Amino acid sequence: MNNIKSIRKDWDLIESLIKEKSRILDIGCGKGELIEQLEKNLNANIHGIEKNQDMALQGIAKGLNITHGDAEKDLSQYANQSFDYVILSQTLQAMMEPQKILKELLRVGSKAIVSFPNFGHWKIRLQLLLTGKMPITEGLPHSWYETPNIHFFTLKDFENLCKDMNIVIEKSIGLTNKGKQFSIQKSFFPSNIFTSEAIFLLSYKNFEPIKIKSTNNVFAKNSAIVN
Amino acid sequence: MSNFKIIKNKKLDCSVIDFTNADLKLESGYLLDNYSLAYKTFGSLNHNKTNAILICHALTGDQYVSGQNPITGRDGWWSRMVGPNKPIDTNKFFVICSNVLGGCAGSTGPKEKIDNDKNTYGGKFPSITIKDIVNAQVKLIDALEIDQLFSVVGGSMGAMQALQWSIDFPKRIKSIIHIAGALKHSAQNIAFHEVGRQAIMNDPNWHKGNYSNQKTIPERGLSVARMIAHITYLSEDAMHRKFGRKLQSRDIISFGFDADFQIESYLRYQGRSFVERFDANSYLYLTRAMDYFDHSESYRKTLEFINDLNNHINYLIISFTSDWLFPTRENKEIVQILNNLSKNVSFLEIDTDKGHDSFLLDEPDLDKVMKGFLESNFRKKNEQY
Repeated sequence: MNNIKSIRKDWDLIESLIKEKSRILDIGCGKGELIEQLEKNLNANIHGIEKNQDMALQGIAKGLNITHGDAEKDLSQYANQSFDYVILSQTLQAMMEPQKILKELLRVGSKAIVSFPNFGHWKIRLQLLLTGKMPITEGLPHSWYETPNIHFFTLKDFENLCKDMNIVIEKSIGLTNKGKQFSIQKSFFPSNIFTSEAIFLLSYKNFEPIKIKSTNNVFAKNSAIVN
Repeated sequence: MSNFKIIKNKKLDCSVIDFTNADLKLESGYLLDNYSLAYKTFGSLNHNKTNAILICHALTGDQYVSGQNPITGRDGWWSRMVGPNKPIDTNKFFVICSNVLGGCAGSTGPKEKIDNDKNTYGGKFPSITIKDIVNAQVKLIDALEIDQLFSVVGGSMGAMQALQWSIDFPKRIKSIIHIAGALKHSAQNIAFHEVGRQAIMNDPNWHKGNYSNQKTIPERGLSVARMIAHITYLSEDAMHRKFGRKLQSRDIISFGFDADFQIESYLRYQGRSFVERFDANSYLYLTRAMDYFDHSESYRKTLEFINDLNNHINYLIISFTSDWLFPTRENKEIVQILNNLSKNVSFLEIDTDKGHDSFLLDEPDLDKVMKGFLESNFRKKNEQY
């Protein structure tokens, strides 16, 4: 979906968000290059899902754990919170039901790393404004009639969706079209205009733990359960 | 005390291991004191004994996985997969393949003589299961002094055995390759087997299984059983591609019941040639063993129960898009449970129109994935030593 150089950059940023020795699920893992990188650098235990037979085959042939299949159907097979991180790199815009997928990511993993091309980038805005045609860029190189990307959204759209879904944005990194990296949250410039690609580290809001109240005060003050 | 003796059988061009006082308790409760397994090995066992691969054959397979089969005079059933520089490379791996218990290529089965008796087992052979077949195999691996197999590989009934190994002897294996199998034999599969068995048992030459005393063979029944089964191994697309409605050695239809069509002639040939190499009773017993195979309820619980014992196992599950005997859906049931329990599992569905038999045919993606899986995991596992 993207050129090699920016994908590598994407991977390095993803790697920087992950703790060593984690359990990771990489959705749309291709031939498993990111899996190899993370296995090597982070000593992590990684599983992948890949839809394309030939790519899945090449990954499996490297001795990686890859399930050939469609993540939108197959994510349900993983147990709740069975991974520390679930990675969805450059794929959300190609999913049939992005909201459902986001929910699944954070059911299966305690954190999700999602990266996507920002449709709100100034180049895209300008192209649409000036030419009146669907924009074609390095990050979104396909014509409208043959693109695998079926849901276009901007940085702002994504942030709003996270808010609606009670998803916490722990970190967000933007990349300009020149590959310059900056923190979206702390950005001085309007990030929705300058971010060409975005990478988010997500988790669910930490709800207050439910405290057990007892009507007859059976639980003493120093009970571990009450506190 | 259990004892064994290994002899080279020149006629069968393989080794035969005879177990005495083996006390092999079958699932049915029957106690098999003495039994033999005919087996072949290829390549050589390395110093640390870490490179052994057990290949489990399918319903009508045998120990002649590679090289020449002396019974048929043809190449072994997986010669294209197993051998020097083949996907399962015998320059690197030590390959063992044994004829299953109940088979008819030299292992103890209905065709063989009962101990201290001049009669053959025939219909008196005890009912066997996939678990029994694996229990019998384990004793061979013990005898070869191999603590841990690098892999157990099999398609169809062989896949059932590979799965059974991972359930019953997780510590004895490092990986399995399970091709075109399932957690259970489906109702449809049992149905096809039943038709095949009825064809054999309704052949007047069957004599309740004791046809060898009568000096007959229920060859008509057995060949019909093979013809039916053969249809289930193909796919409609492949059959159409290969035969269509083409006529056999004629330009016009005969208005009779000759083999007008090529597909008829092909099936008749398959039936005829099968009779020459396979025992009808073995066919009954082994189809039954497959029918009884069912881990659909217990698999998950078993894996949870032996959780720590199988975390090291690398599972590779492979299915074929056009396989309607062991469809992708059923192979995926295994993958789903393994993934749910966070095991080391890989799964590939290979797009082909060749049906269930794909695993025996020229399928380059199958070769590639198996070679890659075995060799890369072998490297990884041996780095750990």
